[in-house]
Amino acid sequence: MTNTTTLLAWRNIWRHPRRTLLTIAAMVFADVLLIFMLGLQLGQYRMMIDNSLAIFTGQMQVQADGYNDEPYMYRTIPAADALAEDIRARTQLEAVATRGYGFALVSSETRTLGAQISGVDPQFEPRVSTLPGLIKQGRYLDGKADNEIVIGSTLARNLRIEPGDELTILGSGRDGSMAATVTPVVGIYESGNRDMDRMMLSMPLDTFRDVFSMGDTAHSIVIGGERERADRIATGAQAALADKDSLVLLDWETLMPGLKQAIQADFTSAWFMYAVLIILVAFGMLNTMLMSVLERTHEFGILLALGVGHGKLGRMIVTESAVLATTGMLIGILIGAVVVGYYLVNGFTYPGMEAMGERFNIPSVLRPEVSLRSLLPGPLAVFLATMLASLYPILHMRKLRPTEALQAV
Amino acid sequence: MNNPAVICHKVDKTFQQGELAVHALSGVDLEIASGGFVCLSGPSGSGKTTLLNMIGGLDRPSGGEITVADLRIDRMRMSELAELRLHHIGFVFQAYNLIPVLNARENVEFVMQLQGVAAAKRHALAMDILEEVGLKGMEERRPGELSGGQQQRVAVARAIVSKPALILADEPTANLDSATAEKLMQQMRDLNTHIGTTFVISTHDKLVMSYAKRLIKLHDGKIVDDIAQQ
Repeated sequence: MTNTTTLLAWRNIWRHPRRTLLTIAAMVFADVLLIFMLGLQLGQYRMMIDNSLAIFTGQMQVQADGYNDEPYMYRTIPAADALAEDIRARTQLEAVATRGYGFALVSSETRTLGAQISGVDPQFEPRVSTLPGLIKQGRYLDGKADNEIVIGSTLARNLRIEPGDELTILGSGRDGSMAATVTPVVGIYESGNRDMDRMMLSMPLDTFRDVFSMGDTAHSIVIGGERERADRIATGAQAALADKDSLVLLDWETLMPGLKQAIQADFTSAWFMYAVLIILVAFGMLNTMLMSVLERTHEFGILLALGVGHGKLGRMIVTESAVLATTGMLIGILIGAVVVGYYLVNGFTYPGMEAMGERFNIPSVLRPEVSLRSLLPGPLAVFLATMLASLYPILHMRKLRPTEALQAV
Repeated sequence: MNNPAVICHKVDKTFQQGELAVHALSGVDLEIASGGFVCLSGPSGSGKTTLLNMIGGLDRPSGGEITVADLRIDRMRMSELAELRLHHIGFVFQAYNLIPVLNARENVEFVMQLQGVAAAKRHALAMDILEEVGLKGMEERRPGELSGGQQQRVAVARAIVSKPALILADEPTANLDSATAEKLMQQMRDLNTHIGTTFVISTHDKLVMSYAKRLIKLHDGKIVDDIAQQ
C-alpha cells in the first residue's frame, strides 16, 4: 500500500516534470562524468603500474631480508637458480628470473661514470621485463656469448659509445674483492625511464657472478605474471620460501613506494576536482528542493492544519529527494557503465599516445577500469550530497507555523 | 450531560507588528456545548478567524486557557496539537485549501489515510460522502478541474468524512453563489442534527447566521453579543 507521504512526494515530484527531468539530468550528467573520469583515472593508474612494473621491477621479488632497504652486495639469495626453478614449478609461471645488482665505475675511451650493473638471465629476463624489447641500437643479450653488455641510451651518450665499443667496468665484488672486466657493448636501450637510461647496464648473470664473485647467489628473483593473479602467485612463491627465513617476498608497493605515493597524491588532488563537481550538483539540488518547498508553503500549511506533523512533512521532502537522487544515481550508473564499457572494449586514445606507445613498448590506448570502485563512489557521493542538500529545506520547513503557512500565497 | 466541546477562559492574542502590539483577542470567555452550531460574526479584524485558529490549535494564545475535547490545548506541543487536529477537529477554509496534487476522492481520503483507516473502507466512505455532497462522477478530478463551489464541497466532505467531534469553518460560503451556499449550509446543519457534530463557523454571511443555533458577535477582539437562535 502506498503510504500518504510517499504518494504526496511522488505527485509533487511530477508536478513540474521539466524541472524534475532537468534535475535528474544534472545528476546523471555528473554521475556519468565522474564514472568516466574515475574509470579513466584508475585505468591510467593500472596502465602506469603495469608499464612501470613490466619494464624491470616485476609484480614481486624475492630478496634477502633487508636488501630492499639497504642493498649491500653481501645480502644475497643462496642457490638462487634452484629457488627460481622451484618458484616456477609451484606457481606454474615461466616469468621468474634471477638477477644480481652491483655498482661500478664504467669507463669508455673518453669518459668514466658511475653506474648500476644488472646481471640478468637472458633466457628468462624477457619474460619479466620489457627492456629487451626497447633496444634502439644493436641487440639485446642473446645468451650465446658470455661477455657482452647492453646500456641505457643516456649513459651511452654520456660515455660517447655505440654498439661495438668496449667498456671497462671496475667495482667491488660480493666478498670485497675487486670486480673488473672489459666487455663489448652489443645494444643500447631506451626505456623512457630517466634513471634506467642514465644509470643502468645489463650483462649476462653468469658473467656478472664471475666478475662480482657471486657464486650461485643472486640479489633478487623477479616474478612477473598478471596482476590479477598476483595473490595466487604470491601464495606459490611463499610456499617455496617456507624454510628460508632469511628471504622475503616483496610486492610492487614495497618495491616501488614512490609510484604508489605518486598515485595516491594524484588521486587525492583529482578528488578535489570531483568534489567541486559534486558540490555544484548538490547546490543545484538544494535550489530545486528549496524552490519546491517555498512554493508549497501554503500547502504545507494545509497539511499541518489537517494534522500532518512536521516529522511527516520532513519525511515527505526526504522521500522526494531520495526518489530524485536514487533515480539519478541508477540511470547515471547505467549510462556510465555503458560509456566506460564502450571504451574498455574500444580503448581511449589522445593525440601523441600512439607514438609514445610505439616508442616505449607500452599500449597505445588507454582502457578505463570498469569495477565497483570506478562505478560506485562518484554516484554515491552525488547521492549523499543530494540528500544532505535536502536537509536545509527541511530545517526551513520545521519552523513553519500553520497559520503563517496558510497565509503564504 | 456532555462536557462542553470548547472552553475559552480569558483568552488573549497579541500580534507584534514591528513595535506595534495589535490585540486581536482580549479576555475572551466562551463555552460552546457539544452539538452546538455556533456562528462567530463581526467586522473584519474583529478576531473571528484568530479565535477559530486558537480553538483549532493552529495558533497559540498569548494568554488564557483553551480546552477542547477536555484537553488544555494552550499547553500542548506542536506534535500533540497535530494529533488533536487529526483525530478530533475538521477544518473548512474560506479558500477551500485542497491539496492540488490529489484528486477529489484522494483529498477526502487523505485525513482517513493519516488516521490509518483501511484502504477499502476509506475508499467506500469517500465515495459515499462525495455522492452526498453532489459530486458523484467527479471523484477523480483534481481541484483545478473543479469549480469553486465544487471545491468547497470537497473541502466539507474532507472535514466531515471521519466524523470529527468539532468542525471549524472559516467563511465557508464566501466564494460560493447563494444556491450552493444554501445547499452547503443545509448539509452542515443536517450533520449537526443527525450526528451531533459541533460546528463553529466564522462568517459575514447572513444566510450562514440564519442557520446558527447561537450567534456570537465579536468586535475589536471582544465578545460583544451572544444570542441563542432557533
